[in-house]
Amino acid sequence: MHRYLLRRLVEGVITVWFIATATFFAMHLVPGDPLLNDKAVPKEIRANLEQHYGLDQPLPVQYLRYLGQMVRGDFGISFTQKNRAVNDIIREHFPVSASLGLVALAIAAAGGILWGALTARYRGRWPDALIMLGVIVAISVPGFVVAALAQLAIVELNRLAGRSLLPVAGWGEWRHFVVPALVLGLGTMAYLTRLMRSSMLEVIHADYIRTARAKGLGEARIFFRHQLRNAILPVITVLGPAVAAITTGGFVIELVFAIPGLGRYFVQAVQQLDYTVIMGTTVFYGAFLVFMVIAIDILYGFIDPRIRVG
Amino acid sequence: MSKREQLPPPRVLIKAMLAPLWLLCCTLLAPLAMADAVDVARQKITLLLGQEPPSLNSIKATDQVSFFILGHTHEGLLRYDAQGQLVGGVARDWKLDDRSATFWLRDDARWSDGQPVTAHDFVFAWQRVVDPAVASEYASILYPIKNAKAISEGRLPPEQLGVRALDERTLQVDLEQPTAYFLQLTAFGVYLPIREDFYRAQGTRYGAEQDRLLYNGPFRLARWVHGARLTLVKNEQYWNRAQTVLNEIDLPYVTSDSTAAYNLFKDNKVALVGLSAEELNDALKQRVKIRIFPAGSLFYLEFNHRAGRITGNRHFRRAIQRVADPQELVNRVVGVPGTLPGRSLFPVWIKGVNGSFRKEFPAPRVTIDPNQARQELELARQQLGLERFPPLVYLTGDSPTAAKQGEYLQNLLRTQLGLELKIDKQIFKQRLAKMLAGEFDLVAAGWGPDYDDIMTFGDLFASWNINNRGRYANPDYDHWVAVARDATDPRLRMEAMAALQRLVIEDAVIIPQYESGSVYLQHRQLKGVVRRVIGTDPDFTQARVVAP
Repeated sequence: MHRYLLRRLVEGVITVWFIATATFFAMHLVPGDPLLNDKAVPKEIRANLEQHYGLDQPLPVQYLRYLGQMVRGDFGISFTQKNRAVNDIIREHFPVSASLGLVALAIAAAGGILWGALTARYRGRWPDALIMLGVIVAISVPGFVVAALAQLAIVELNRLAGRSLLPVAGWGEWRHFVVPALVLGLGTMAYLTRLMRSSMLEVIHADYIRTARAKGLGEARIFFRHQLRNAILPVITVLGPAVAAITTGGFVIELVFAIPGLGRYFVQAVQQLDYTVIMGTTVFYGAFLVFMVIAIDILYGFIDPRIRVG
Repeated sequence: MSKREQLPPPRVLIKAMLAPLWLLCCTLLAPLAMADAVDVARQKITLLLGQEPPSLNSIKATDQVSFFILGHTHEGLLRYDAQGQLVGGVARDWKLDDRSATFWLRDDARWSDGQPVTAHDFVFAWQRVVDPAVASEYASILYPIKNAKAISEGRLPPEQLGVRALDERTLQVDLEQPTAYFLQLTAFGVYLPIREDFYRAQGTRYGAEQDRLLYNGPFRLARWVHGARLTLVKNEQYWNRAQTVLNEIDLPYVTSDSTAAYNLFKDNKVALVGLSAEELNDALKQRVKIRIFPAGSLFYLEFNHRAGRITGNRHFRRAIQRVADPQELVNRVVGVPGTLPGRSLFPVWIKGVNGSFRKEFPAPRVTIDPNQARQELELARQQLGLERFPPLVYLTGDSPTAAKQGEYLQNLLRTQLGLELKIDKQIFKQRLAKMLAGEFDLVAAGWGPDYDDIMTFGDLFASWNINNRGRYANPDYDHWVAVARDATDPRLRMEAMAALQRLVIEDAVIIPQYESGSVYLQHRQLKGVVRRVIGTDPDFTQARVVAP
């Protein structure tokens, strides 16, 4: 077990190093640079700026310098946010994305598992048809459309009520979570519903369920202890990558609902070619994803003792 | 399948499924503490920001949002009043001549910690701006001051900058050359004062947080949650605090999404929002009062004048000029109220000798005439010795607006002149890189003013100007720029600029397309907001909330 864990961690570190290196060189290959702006600056000012940010050095030197900094856990200063360390940006904005993402994921997982199980139980009847229709809509309509429509719905709702029932946008109290988290979790919920449905269909007809019934177990006990627990495993598998996807995939929702999450900085940094922020957020998210997958693999062992790690 | 297998699932399951709905209902019942757009009793307004201010360290600020905040929290030597006239800020009196400027500072100008604003604070800040180690992007805006350029180039130490504190309250500036618009420059954000002891105590973190700044303007920052919220409150140390009516300007929303902004306005959560073309139609249907204001920038087609380019040929450029009708572009393509057709290098708001430059010196009118255009094109073809014209590359941005304008131009040149246009859509930085490298025949370009003088547009196509991306080089153009630059007599300067205005059109240096307009919505109870092209915009320093 320990050897296995060590090996996975070393592999993880190598993966992150590779992500950092590939991003670094790809980013420098893109035409333009972070210092270019609508208004060009005189060459002496340009030279001062290049020196200030270390861009006057040859690329391999910049790369080694950056790697050295990164190992010490310092991602440098942002080019566009001239006073802010990339570490501060991640530290201040990742918890926002993460908390929103976790709420969204909790909604998605709970909804997906329960609704998936329900469609399986009611296979071919109206609750199945209704929920699966909803699933198809939720999967095919892009997030930004749902976000915009949800916001418009809030405006109309507040207008009808004559007072503010739900906030249109903003951040700071728990109410700000509700609609963005629902919107953010919707796609994942639909995906999990489908996954859970097919997994549940397999389990429902398994021999051990028949045995359980034959023993005279109650329907509730069969559902929770025998069916749900066995059907849930594939869902747990995708939960790891889903955590990473949902905490990073909120760019549009963060923009529409004015939420100060990291996703916004991630996307804007690429548009602005803000080298340090691109590197910082990519490496951070890369590492996050890699170690999330490892964590889920280990979690398997606890849920299903038949899967032995190591 | 046995009968039991089809039994409905346990009731718990159904209840659990409804959990999201319960959550939503509970939310609806709880009272919401979100503030409304305006609050008469507290004289408080709520607004939104397009982005987190990139730099509240005035030395390094370059963008609209930072200058908007700084314009409310800080004050330079001079400032603009509601009518756009220069009035005293920290300076109570001033004098400008050919080679120097003197400013006498108010006794009651104070920092937010109660200490006086002194002449040293200006000397210190200005020396930092040109210091190569600080690397300020806007350092060149100080180049009219003696030795500024040499310091920026590293040839002189920052202490050699031509600015001295004669005493605590008297500031003396030596100029490199006569600069008719130097007073206007002192209202610019990069010219703001900074107190040395406070700045040094913050290390590299000056301006990074609300408590790492000293304020000397009508407001101060009371809260700054990065990326989420800024709150400005009335600065009780400000010398002119009697003039400030608003107690608080809260900015709890940071988003660049114009639909979200519009929704917030409809929900009575923000008191002022800009409208994009997409929201405009809906706003018109809602019968809300739509306000218009000239944003001050000029958008134009820039030609590549580099050797070997077809667009270097004057007749070729004039052919395009004679089919590109700016009025049609504004009406049919831009479609935003307040947008004006481009008729000159100089926008309509530029000041002349006494009043408007464009009224005193009207731009020569370009006649739109496809027949003349085709004659010019034929001349160009002969001069260039071409059988037929190869396709031209039109470099532009990746926005829907840019795409629309590109397609319009493509269609226009094909039908009127039989020219093919290849549209090269690029995202922001890549477009800039290509402009700089000259990888285009035509480029959709624009220019916004830096300071309140005709020269902010006038020297744009001088051969030495780095923002002259098409590399236009004409001794006549350079001559008129030099005349206007070196003279201080307004009439002489404006006549030189009138000659230059004519030259730009006759030589078709560029094709002015339109002067941008800005459309916005403002809360009915909010009064006294000043919109301006140069300086803090929008300006809430004199704003107030009235009863409905």
